[in-house]
Amino acid sequence: MHRFANPARFQRLAGAILPWSAGLTVLLSIVGLWFALVASPPDYQQSETVRIMYVHVPAAWMALFVYANLAVASAIGLVWKHPLADLAAKAMAPIGATFTGVCLITGALWGQPMWGTWWVWDARLTSVLILFFFYVGHIALTNAFDDPTRGTRAAAVLALVGVVNLPIVKFSVDWWNTLHQPASITRLDAPAIHPSMLTPLLLMALAFFGYYVTVLILRLRHEIVCRKLRALRLTQGMGAPAMVEQGGS
Amino acid sequence: MMSALALLRRDLRLALRTPGDSATVVLFFVLTAVLFPLGVGPEPNILARIAVGVIWVTALLACLLSFDRLFQLDAEDGSLDLIALAPAPLELLVLAKCVAHWLVTGLPLIIVSPVLAIFLNLPGEGYPVLLLALAIGTPTLSLIGAIGAGLTLGARRSGVLLPLLVLPLYVPVLVFGVAAIEAAVAGLPARPHLLILGGLLALSLPLAPVATAAAIRQALE
Repeated sequence: MHRFANPARFQRLAGAILPWSAGLTVLLSIVGLWFALVASPPDYQQSETVRIMYVHVPAAWMALFVYANLAVASAIGLVWKHPLADLAAKAMAPIGATFTGVCLITGALWGQPMWGTWWVWDARLTSVLILFFFYVGHIALTNAFDDPTRGTRAAAVLALVGVVNLPIVKFSVDWWNTLHQPASITRLDAPAIHPSMLTPLLLMALAFFGYYVTVLILRLRHEIVCRKLRALRLTQGMGAPAMVEQGGS
Repeated sequence: MMSALALLRRDLRLALRTPGDSATVVLFFVLTAVLFPLGVGPEPNILARIAVGVIWVTALLACLLSFDRLFQLDAEDGSLDLIALAPAPLELLVLAKCVAHWLVTGLPLIIVSPVLAIFLNLPGEGYPVLLLALAIGTPTLSLIGAIGAGLTLGARRSGVLLPLLVLPLYVPVLVFGVAAIEAAVAGLPARPHLLILGGLLALSLPLAPVATAAAIRQALE
């Protein structure tokens, strides 16, 4: 793992992955959306609104997955003082917040026709809302300090504390009697969903994952450049901005 | 252990010499709770329905008020550095500070809460469980709030940031605290909810000081 602590090595690796992940994201989105909107059947009860699922469910998966990533990156940053892990956590949080926001908004849009209400205070919806607040708090804490390292370290502790919410989100539909349905895919027996709907769902999930990888690499590169710029400015003093612009072009 | 007790005594002595701080928290608790009958209307039925929620939510908010002072003053006069350097584990000293915080803010809130329950027309069956639920729940609030206080140490606008970080973590305490009292009012057993509240306390008692100590070490680096 420490092999990737080197930002130069990371930049090379990221440069190799980026075209593939970006290309796959575009391809999978097109194919996935075609399956989701055209080639899959409407539900026998929900008719066409079932198509919201192909955005809602992958967004929800990614919301949890990104938070788990955030927690792992934070733990690595805290234990090994790994600068790249700190920056990765900082880069992940806004992406995760966006996925959680998409999940909440599409959930409301789906809830209105199906449940007759935009929002209910059941355990699943509430715990996802709290997940969203954790992301927002993480972003706010990261940016609350004059010293960026202090911000990322404090946010790392917060991210680890927030891990308690992950099992609550995942198992809320089993522990409480919620309006939200229980899991259909990640069950011990066969998924309770027909392959004609499972195909677009998995394609969209892969597209979301590809999007996450692509944006994460872009944001992480940006963070590394920002950190380098900051270090340059601090070492070179007042005249630094002009020097940096010359050096950068 | 001796140094933790010494720190506890010091914090309590400091709090007793400035009793205004603790009184402000209690006054805030009473005033915000009194606003609800004025805002919602004085109908006894409605008040009885919302009494439990209002008491818990205002208790949470009152508790939050005092956290930005928990480590800030010690950090400013340098005693936090000495506390972190002390031979005793920082986790234990943080726990001592949490206990002091609870004795200074949580306990007064519990003592005042029956008065607010009268204002809000809480049915009589709810009183014992109200006290019990607050007694189990407020120490958890102090422990969790300390994490936020440690994390926002030295932050810009830490007073605004702290509620943002801590309130999501308060949700379970609020949910089960309210559920326990409402169960008692409805004539159902409150025990399961109180047990979960106890579980939350048992979970945060060892874990919250670890997180708080980690946050303080980061802040002092």
